Amino acid sequence: MNITEKILAKSSNKISVKSGEIIDSKVDILMIHDLTGPLAVKAFEKIGVNKVWNNQKVIVVLDHQIPAESITAAELHKTMRKFAKEQTLKIYDVGKGGICHQVLPEKGHVLPGTVILGADSHTCTYGALGAFATGIGSTEAAAVMATGKIWLKVPEAIKLDIHGEFKKLVTPKDLILHIIGKLGADGAIYKSVEFSGPIIEKMSIAGRMTLCNMAVEMGAKNGIIEPDATTRKFLEGRTNQTLDSINKLKSDNDAFYEKIINLNVKDLEPQIAFSPRVDNVKPVSEAKNIEINQAFIGSCTNGRLQDLRLAAKILKGKKVKDSVRTLIIPASQEVYSDALKEGLIETFTEAGALVCGSSCGPCLGGHIGLLAKDEICISTSNRNFIGRMGSKEAKVFLASPATVAASAITGKITNPQEIEA
Amino acid sequence: MKISGKAIKFGKDIDTDVILPGKYLVLVDPKELAKHAMEGIDPDFPKKAEKGIIIVSGKNFGCGSSREQAPLALKYAGVKCVIAESFARIFFRNSINIGLPVIECEGISNLVNNDDDLTVDLLNGIVQNNSNNQIINGIKLPQFIIEILDDGGLIENLRRRINK
Repeated sequence: MNITEKILAKSSNKISVKSGEIIDSKVDILMIHDLTGPLAVKAFEKIGVNKVWNNQKVIVVLDHQIPAESITAAELHKTMRKFAKEQTLKIYDVGKGGICHQVLPEKGHVLPGTVILGADSHTCTYGALGAFATGIGSTEAAAVMATGKIWLKVPEAIKLDIHGEFKKLVTPKDLILHIIGKLGADGAIYKSVEFSGPIIEKMSIAGRMTLCNMAVEMGAKNGIIEPDATTRKFLEGRTNQTLDSINKLKSDNDAFYEKIINLNVKDLEPQIAFSPRVDNVKPVSEAKNIEINQAFIGSCTNGRLQDLRLAAKILKGKKVKDSVRTLIIPASQEVYSDALKEGLIETFTEAGALVCGSSCGPCLGGHIGLLAKDEICISTSNRNFIGRMGSKEAKVFLASPATVAASAITGKITNPQEIEA
Repeated sequence: MKISGKAIKFGKDIDTDVILPGKYLVLVDPKELAKHAMEGIDPDFPKKAEKGIIIVSGKNFGCGSSREQAPLALKYAGVKCVIAESFARIFFRNSINIGLPVIECEGISNLVNNDDDLTVDLLNGIVQNNSNNQIINGIKLPQFIIEILDDGGLIENLRRRINK
């Protein structure tokens, strides 16, 4: 079995499972947030059970529309706080957490080998720690809250075996954009995507999270990476659970994959996903004279400390172009606080960027930094669909923190390798 | 379960930001959501759908965000069923869970035109195009999913099972 099959066999109390099989799986952690949570609460109240199946296993994070930008959002937040209090659930409120997909791993809720569901499509991020993690909707989240279980079809798996060394200022974001460009927006639909190879073994948890985060952009059910010493190091001090079995959780040598794709990153240039498709990916050299109005560094894809360090390296001692609004949003309070201690926030403010409190920010077009008609944003987030970040006549281009920082300086989409860092 | 209606066609990779833009996610009333269904691609869609229609689409329908408000907006706008070459998995589950029938049907885009009169036999996984008398085989849904749809959605299904 591959790692995903092993986790699902265990969670459904079976000796083995095969792709295509429908299983009844137990759930280790369920996450709901301020936009999907209220519908889940409403649905939960209709089921007719009083308490969630296990109050230690349901986590509430307020991150999308925070701090409340309207009375409607404030009411939704109030609903979530009330529900968390009644059900005695852990809630990460404004200023206490940050983006759900950063907060859950940071706070030790994500453990290798577990099944994690979240009422958010980017829940697949947690595969970076060797968990089976996938997104569900609100009604399904309500059903999980009542039962602690979910039906799942065991996915077929694609393995990406990745070799080579990144060139200077080429990042995991460039790699995942390149992969999505190759496989297409439906290239891994319903499937599990397992990332492996020497470059993954050397990659930090932050980089692994960037990869797994965007697995859903090619339709994948989950992205996953075998846990290892790096995973253990990340988790130590974040959980009091025993981490002894981490090294045993691996795909078997004879595990079945529908496809094994070998990739070498040695010639990979910084990549751009052109508006309005995540799979419309080209090297940055093909983005000629695209002037930008806004540059956004943040989100569950690229708002981690390593991303901010990279952006700061490029912005240090420089100014962002007068015509560019540069928004930088640390993915969590922890990231914010670390960035502050390292002097990164000062670098950003001196460069003329606006650093905002941890939230999903403009990524989903909820609030903070929406775009007007005909405006262009270069963003480290994960989606560039029509209307995603505001006006449906605006355009979003996706790139790495290095490319976004370089572009903020020049005012047009720029290869960071051409900026002195 | 048989469903009939006229077809409205869309292309491939129709994402949930197009089906229901993020700025409307704070709306709670499904009827309010319905007013913005498909706004990203066809602002007149709610008017076209109000008498009850069937969406026919290419691959990867409903990709992107997990927002259940997307299938909810479609359902309340008048969509009786979505037929697609393939679906994004969260959209697929969400639709079933809120009682909006969905069926995967390879090749459907080439066999149906806008305004064709369709009948979907959900139990047997068959789409009948009454405008050109073609029968198209889709993927049959498992029995437990048919039961969820028969009950009107996952919550109703769960209530029935819990109270049994």
